[in-house]
Amino acid sequence: MSLAEARREREQVRRSWLLSLPALLLLAVGAIGPLFIMLVYSFLTPGRYGNVEWVFSTDAWRGILFTKDIFDETLKLADAHLTIFWRSVKLSFLTTVFAFVVGFPTAWFIATRPARWRPFWLFLITIPFWTNLLIRTFAINQIIRTEGLLNTILLKLGLISTPLNLIYTDTAVFIGMTYVYLPLMVLPLYASIDRFDHRLLEAAYDLYASRMAVLRRIIFPIVKPGIVAGSILVFIPSLGAYVTPRILGGGRNMMIGNFIELQFGQGRNWPLGAALSVVLLLVVTAALLVYVKFANRENGHG
Amino acid sequence: MARSVFTVTRLPGFNGVAIAVFVALYAPIAMLVVYSFNAGDSIAIWEGTSLRWYERAWANAQVKDATFRSLIIATTAASVATIAATMVALATTRKKPFRGQTAVYVAINQPLMVPEIVTAVALLIFFATIKVATGYQGLGYLILAHTAFCIPFAYLPIRARLEGMDMTLETAAADLYATRWRAFRHVTLPLMAPGILAGFMLAFVTSLDDVVITLFVKSAGQDTLPTYLLGQIRRQVTGEVNAISTVLLCLTVVLLTTFFLLTRKKS
Repeated sequence: MSLAEARREREQVRRSWLLSLPALLLLAVGAIGPLFIMLVYSFLTPGRYGNVEWVFSTDAWRGILFTKDIFDETLKLADAHLTIFWRSVKLSFLTTVFAFVVGFPTAWFIATRPARWRPFWLFLITIPFWTNLLIRTFAINQIIRTEGLLNTILLKLGLISTPLNLIYTDTAVFIGMTYVYLPLMVLPLYASIDRFDHRLLEAAYDLYASRMAVLRRIIFPIVKPGIVAGSILVFIPSLGAYVTPRILGGGRNMMIGNFIELQFGQGRNWPLGAALSVVLLLVVTAALLVYVKFANRENGHG
Repeated sequence: MARSVFTVTRLPGFNGVAIAVFVALYAPIAMLVVYSFNAGDSIAIWEGTSLRWYERAWANAQVKDATFRSLIIATTAASVATIAATMVALATTRKKPFRGQTAVYVAINQPLMVPEIVTAVALLIFFATIKVATGYQGLGYLILAHTAFCIPFAYLPIRARLEGMDMTLETAAADLYATRWRAFRHVTLPLMAPGILAGFMLAFVTSLDDVVITLFVKSAGQDTLPTYLLGQIRRQVTGEVNAISTVLLCLTVVLLTTFFLLTRKKS
């Protein structure tokens, strides 16, 4: 490489960084940098009226799982916290599984429409995905609340004599999360199924495979990347959900997101809130790394 | 034909589930819209058509205030994010990959990966300190936070557009002794315009819809339309919320349809 070329290349790299600078600065101040400050706060002492006092402490980290007995200072497992973690994981898992169960047939349906119509069906899935999550959750709230449409219809039909108490239960949160995150399952599944070679099915049926065998032995293994992507895309936002459990779960059926918020409100324990956020961030990052590793391996083979 | 033809792609029950899913996706939203026109107070019993909830929302000073604030934040944040995203898209697609480019990608996509509640908490902590130190309580915090999480949404369509573009036109301009700036201004920019507009719209919709980050960052009396709605949902539900939601929905659908028309590949 000549000297002039090297200089031109250096000049180009410099220009690339200059062009990236505004976006990087905005992200550093408005998104990434504060995460590090949050990490620092998780090692401080809660202030009496919220915020923190600048005294180093690991109480917040211990407080995630344990509470100190007020009398003899012994450590006990914090049952209330464990209940919230367990509910978050359980509901996120159920949401992911159910979203797959109904999402897979939907994605398959779209992928097997005539090519001309596929964009239309995809558009129908994409519209709810981009519409306000709050409004969609609120729509579910109106349907299932005690004086809502579902109960009114069931009562009129005489199927039930007293209204169902669906709202403000774990079931309500599960229904709501499945409803709002379903498009995130269907879209990657569709992307996988769309590339699927249908001649493989002909071959299998020619060899007298049953429909179940075809589904389990041929379709699922081939569209596995879509299944993994969809599951991660549904599981991650479910785990960090805040709006849906707040509107459908009420005050008592909290998930991690609501529990974190509580520490910055009535709880007045900012360090604990910060520590919980760090944990949530780590769990999500781990899930993403598993996904990236999986995706790379798949690409390596393909 | 009495018997249906055996098609390999048909799986029993799949079509039924799919249709049920489409109905289930749209029915709740449809009911929300329908009951925004209800004359009565109920969200389940129909008492005739009226526009009273729209009139009430229109006359509500808090709603007007929140709408105005939402539009200011979304317009400013989406504009700044689109400009920053256009620049970084030019850096990461038109030129040879440079060292550290992966780090740039990760930084841009960071808001898509980190749970909103975590970013919200981090910003609350960070801005609380600045609010105390400077005394400034204005909309700047919300605009900065919105700009940051809008960047990836603006970036994706712009990058997609740039990647699909033909480099030879720029080379042609350079061959004709156009300066770098003139080549950009008269060749590159017009070609990437649809991508920029699409990016702006996606960023605008994202900002307009945000609840969690806004809720944590806003100072007292800085409700946007979504945080106002969230506050109302806690109380007795009235058709007013349905009316506001319907207007917000219509706005989103119009913007999204435009977005799809802009990014649709011409075949």
